Amino acid sequence: MADVAGSIKNDTVGPAQWSRGRVALALVAVAVFLTLLHYAGLLPDWLFRIPESMIPPFAGWLDAIFNFVKDDLGLLKLTRTLTEGLEWLLDVTANLMFGKRRWPHIGPIPWTAVAGVAAVIGYYLGGWRMAALGAGTFIWTALIGQWKIAMETMSVLMVAAPLAFFIGLTLGILAWKYTWVNRTIKPVLSVLQTLPFFTYLLPAVIFFKVGPTAGAVATTIYAIPPMILMTTLGLQKVSPEVVEAGNMSGCTKWQLLRHVYLPSARTEILVGVNQVIMLCLAMVVLTAFIGMPGLGAKLLAMMGSFKLGRSFEIGVTIVLLAVMLDRMSKAWVVKQPEHFERGTPWWRRHAILLTGVAVFVFFCILAQFVDLAAEIGRKQNFSQGKEIDTLIKGFLALEPVQATTGAIRYVLNVWILNPFRDFLLSIPTPAFIMLIVAFALSLGGKKPAIYGAIFFSLVALSGWWDRSVITLYSVISAVSLALLIGVPLGIVAARSEKWSQRVLLACDTAQTFPSFIYLIPAIMLFGITATSVVMSILIFAMVPLIRYTIEGLRTVPPEMTEAADMSGATRMQKLWNVQLPLALPTMAVGFNQAIMFAFFMVIIAAFIGTQDLGQELQRTLAGTDLGKNFVLGICVSLMALTFDLTIMQWASDQKKALGLPD
Amino acid sequence: MSADTVISCKNAWKIFGPDPEGYLKTLPAGHSFDDIRADGYIAGVKDVSIDVSRGEMLVIMGLSGSGKSTLVRCFSRLHDITGGTITVEGQDIMSLSEKELIELRRNKMGMVFQSFGLLPHRSVLDNVAFPLEMRGQDKHARRERALEVIKLVGLEGREDYFPRELSGGQQQRVGIARSLAIEPDIWFLDEPFSALDPLIRREMQDEFLRLQAMLGKTIVFITHDFDEALRLADRIAIMKDGAVEQCDTPDQIVLNPATEYVRKFTEDIDKARVVHAGVLATSSDNGTGDPVDAKASVQDLARLLVQDTRAIIPVASDGKIVGGMDRAAALEILLEAS
Repeated sequence: MADVAGSIKNDTVGPAQWSRGRVALALVAVAVFLTLLHYAGLLPDWLFRIPESMIPPFAGWLDAIFNFVKDDLGLLKLTRTLTEGLEWLLDVTANLMFGKRRWPHIGPIPWTAVAGVAAVIGYYLGGWRMAALGAGTFIWTALIGQWKIAMETMSVLMVAAPLAFFIGLTLGILAWKYTWVNRTIKPVLSVLQTLPFFTYLLPAVIFFKVGPTAGAVATTIYAIPPMILMTTLGLQKVSPEVVEAGNMSGCTKWQLLRHVYLPSARTEILVGVNQVIMLCLAMVVLTAFIGMPGLGAKLLAMMGSFKLGRSFEIGVTIVLLAVMLDRMSKAWVVKQPEHFERGTPWWRRHAILLTGVAVFVFFCILAQFVDLAAEIGRKQNFSQGKEIDTLIKGFLALEPVQATTGAIRYVLNVWILNPFRDFLLSIPTPAFIMLIVAFALSLGGKKPAIYGAIFFSLVALSGWWDRSVITLYSVISAVSLALLIGVPLGIVAARSEKWSQRVLLACDTAQTFPSFIYLIPAIMLFGITATSVVMSILIFAMVPLIRYTIEGLRTVPPEMTEAADMSGATRMQKLWNVQLPLALPTMAVGFNQAIMFAFFMVIIAAFIGTQDLGQELQRTLAGTDLGKNFVLGICVSLMALTFDLTIMQWASDQKKALGLPD
Repeated sequence: MSADTVISCKNAWKIFGPDPEGYLKTLPAGHSFDDIRADGYIAGVKDVSIDVSRGEMLVIMGLSGSGKSTLVRCFSRLHDITGGTITVEGQDIMSLSEKELIELRRNKMGMVFQSFGLLPHRSVLDNVAFPLEMRGQDKHARRERALEVIKLVGLEGREDYFPRELSGGQQQRVGIARSLAIEPDIWFLDEPFSALDPLIRREMQDEFLRLQAMLGKTIVFITHDFDEALRLADRIAIMKDGAVEQCDTPDQIVLNPATEYVRKFTEDIDKARVVHAGVLATSSDNGTGDPVDAKASVQDLARLLVQDTRAIIPVASDGKIVGGMDRAAALEILLEAS
């Protein structure tokens, strides 16, 4: 695979490539030399790691800036005022969903009414199957006895998602309208998207108090970027003729935006809505780390105390919610308006709405008389937490299972992971940076190489080098393992249309799960150990790898494979010489996503107990160490960005060289 | 400019590039399209002067990239011109404020687009009523007017359909209805039938001629199809590289192409079908005997031309003799065609 890629590159780029390759090679040589010197004990200490005395106090500087903005500029006052508005909103939704004794004293809405309305909405969007999914999700949640915690989560989601939508939409419109806004927003967005979520959490806590308010703010901010991107994209794609038609109809600027641009960009905007909802759900679960009650908090507690049965049940609830929200919002994207025949009576035109209202009212009234329809109490639920617990633990205690997991753990730890980590740590800092630069240079060219050099030097200067390397080690080892499993799986699945569809569907579904979920199977099998960390990253990162492998192979133009067939290529020859080289750029996108996912997951997995940046980050959450929190977060972001820039550059170069559409 | 000139375009330029105005100022006379391109600019419209009179149908004809769509967009100020002047009903449109421009479009102009430009989220009725809604007409009045135009274009009964539920021909009927909703005086049609298949296109052209006979609007019609141009036009302007090569009646374009480029276009055209008796009535001698109608094409007169023995045949328009037609010249056109 590598030499195929190499030959393509040389064919298309020519002599400039050679010098690029030579520079990279020279860098590697120097790096190897430095490392060998270090092994021989000849390398001076200041070349191995940057001495403490030379590390600038970034955290202190950032703290000073934050304090200035927070206190002197009065940002804290502003945000605390905002907090009140937000708290009011959260009170309303909380009251409606799980009914604390708060204003407006209406709720809680009986669970049967919620499930009924979900079924009606599901039916409207996607027929009976969607109706069953909508109702089923809520019925399960109620019966398993998680209604209250699920509604705690939902009540924050209901505030955060619309907020993120409106802010994203507005910023998206501004970025589309004014180039300077676009130019300012773009780099901020790409940093935001690689910033570990812990970095969102602490500022939220400091500026917006602990609990639901901070949770809602962090969730909102986290979900805004894709909405901005989708809005801008959609507005740019509106056909110029439609705009001209609007102009010729005498639209004012505002009318043009309101009646022509926004409705014509409906599809992209709704895709944005889908992403907002899914990111909100993913984040709102994670806000458990800053004391936001709900499904996430419960899951965290259950996993922490190794109550696998309950963890599993909560996991199912979260997955069901994710799948339901995703399917319904996606169905909304493709839902097109249909006309009614002339003379359809008004009640038929509004049949769905009327049914929805009727179902809601019916269950609300029913709940007044039948307690079970209003709430399912602790004693009445069907939770099998303890039983599942014993079952799983019994299964794990079985001799063959224990032997297998034990063996995997042993082999991974002793033979692969630990030696690899120690090796990475033994490379002198300058040599390490040179290796990264060589990697970026040979794949992406000059620009990623320069960025890589700057970014990693900053990481080195941050003073968290060892922990950064450990973070990187987890990412690299997990993604490599994921490559070994995911790519062959993808290749096999891509061989038949039917299996491609199935596996793609499974991958799409898996991608909607909040990342937290991926910890559950890893912990179940390997307990709370370092292996679990790698395993959960591995599962999480495998999804995009499989997905893009299939996509890349399936989108190879059929005339190419036919040409290979007619040239008498065997299946293997065809795969190696035609399909894989052409699919490689697309697969690289998947590889890139896998790395991004891995960086994300490695930070979450921190609570299992790792020695990387994630753990330090998590520690900062307990205090008010904003500067350190940011330094750590930016370290992760800088490393992720280096890979992102390099691989995406390579993928787009390759696509151009191969004449494939972007 | 006569009182009956609706659109008057004098030395209009539209240049695309980093600094069009500055570039136009320093542009030496006689710079060709390719010279301008070598300087990094594109001349969308190059020194065009053209007048459109009331009730006339001007067809702008040219291949893709010839600047015909750009020119019509300059007329409606969807594009701002770089140099020259364009007046519509005596008003210099470049001097209009945004508000005045919107007023002009809301009351005087209608436009039909090649890919229809319909709003996908609105029903047929709401699409047609859109310009009326924009100018703030009340719901009842605009519904009434919209239904009227929908009936006019033959889409009765489909008012509640959405664009994607209609065929291409039907969608363009919606586009036409929308452009007519405000009862415009000036009607721009930008390749309205190019996206349709040939059979439907023919049908729509007939439909269009029927509407025009009824409404008598001032029309600027764009096409890349010479046959279509000949079929519909009062006058044809042939464009190449942003400039108008020739602007004249179909007869004159076919008979006396001004440039080599125009001649190539007319080469394969059946001239007998285009040239009318009225154009050939150039002889000072009015001739004798029964006159032929000035509106009859040479092809219509084929039998007569072959069988008649007169050297000069009188030509009459509205019952009045306007001149004599040289039979030999007319026969020449007929024979050349076949």
